[in-house]
Amino acid sequence: MKIIVLVKQVPDTETNIKVGDKSINEAGIKWIISPYDEFAIEEGLRLREKNGGEVIAVSLGPDRVQESLRQAYAMGADRAVQIKVDNYVPFDTVLTAELIANFAKAENADIIIGGRQSIDSDSSQVVIQVAEGLGIAHISFAVSLEISGTSVKATKEVEGGTQVVETSLPVAITAQKGLNEPRYPNLKGLMAAKKKPIETKTPADLGNPASKIEVVGLEPPPPRIPGRKLEAADAKGYAEQLVKALREEAKVI
Amino acid sequence: MSNVLIVGELKNGELKKISKEITSAGRKIADALGGKVTALLIGSGVEKFAGDLGAVGADSVVTVNAGDFNAETWANLVAGVIKEKNPSVVLVPHTSQGKDYSPRVAVKVGAGIIADAVGLSVDGGKVVAKKPIYSGKAYGNFKVTSPIAIFTVRPNSQEVVQKAGAGAAEAASPSAGDAKVKIVSSDLSGGNKVQLAEASIIVSGGRGIKGPENWPILQGLADILGAALGASRAAVDAGWISHSHQVGQTGKTVSPNCYIACGISGAIQHLAGMGSSKYIVAINKDGDAPIFKVATYGVVGDLFEVVPALTDEFKKVLG
Repeated sequence: MKIIVLVKQVPDTETNIKVGDKSINEAGIKWIISPYDEFAIEEGLRLREKNGGEVIAVSLGPDRVQESLRQAYAMGADRAVQIKVDNYVPFDTVLTAELIANFAKAENADIIIGGRQSIDSDSSQVVIQVAEGLGIAHISFAVSLEISGTSVKATKEVEGGTQVVETSLPVAITAQKGLNEPRYPNLKGLMAAKKKPIETKTPADLGNPASKIEVVGLEPPPPRIPGRKLEAADAKGYAEQLVKALREEAKVI
Repeated sequence: MSNVLIVGELKNGELKKISKEITSAGRKIADALGGKVTALLIGSGVEKFAGDLGAVGADSVVTVNAGDFNAETWANLVAGVIKEKNPSVVLVPHTSQGKDYSPRVAVKVGAGIIADAVGLSVDGGKVVAKKPIYSGKAYGNFKVTSPIAIFTVRPNSQEVVQKAGAGAAEAASPSAGDAKVKIVSSDLSGGNKVQLAEASIIVSGGRGIKGPENWPILQGLADILGAALGASRAAVDAGWISHSHQVGQTGKTVSPNCYIACGISGAIQHLAGMGSSKYIVAINKDGDAPIFKVATYGVVGDLFEVVPALTDEFKKVLG
């Protein structure tokens, strides 16, 4: 079983974001694997442990993404592939998906698994676009997954609850929180990961897809409505003030 | 001609508010580009909503008779209508359904796509979509350069404007194709509650509610307000409520008009999910809690006293 796990490198949640003209200022940013992709890596490793095969971690971007690939190695990935795009635009989902789909096709992958969204672009697009590009099934927001032979059974989160779905390999999956608890790499794994090779592919190797979006510009978030702490003698006083504020000032209730 | 297609969404046979929101947004775009707005509704008996969408700006409403939602067949149906109508702009709800089929549609019709737009404007004959990025710590403006541009639009981000279009209904029957994924069973027991991601008011609880036995205090307030019940990661990880209620980086991103945070300290991961709420009320005993930095109205007090008093007060004015 050949399992491709998608590893997107994103700024750590706690990092301050300084907005440049068309991208962020990367100076001083701490980079992490997008949290949902950690569920994807973990699930890939568990599927391999149960069914055999290999886990290939793939990340798009400049050379800094190799750090995230080494972390995937430390968790237990068998191979790591950087799709080297030096001026990578993290919001360009169609281009990203086409590169990954072409890679997955060349590898003849059985399973492609990524997080339900990345925390930089929040698009929830790439994995399902890969599925469409390959003409294979997809299961989004998976909270449980069982694969035996070529049959796939999963529980997915839907609006208002969950659904149990079935399909067969090959399949693309997006991982939702609850699917598993990602393991921490141990020191030995981290040391070994430093020496493992990282394969590199270029867009030219993968069909040179064209971008379909243009970044017009980035800007800081809009200012919030100025806030204030209310003063009252007791709970009833607070309640009266809040109701008045929400109904007469904010006019939201 | 730059025509706009919006894809409506239904729930339990009723039109969702997001359908009207994106019809109005589509109307504004079409007026700026000099085109028509077509609304697409998929489901059974959906013709009856043509007038509702006409009233908020749809020139025509295409209806497709179909059974339950399946991302693959929906993608085929939507792509079929796009190929027939050839719009230059397509608006899709950024809902769990929209997120499930829109990626396939983009690939099928060779379109660029920007997901989770909260602002839509027109510049030089092209739509510019504004969306929060980096957990709301920045905003990006994007254009789509392919002939068809798809945008998924965040619920509650667009105003519903009454503006009469013809709303004439026509039936279409594009091919649904076969789905490779079969739905075996559904558990929609949470289905009749107000949905978190699309709610215009959310009452949310954190570690400060102290235990699962205290949710009824917040639910009481939520019921009076017609609000959805949310929770912070701390409350979910403690096992007090299911993950489907979680707001934040590893939960749902929400943009209600009013977010009432009860006993929530406001970790950065929580702010990532609710920071774009229009008005934020924070009720917390700890006056130094970070939630007060984003709160429009802050109450430093005991939620077990303030929330019931608030419920009583709203009962008086709303009940």
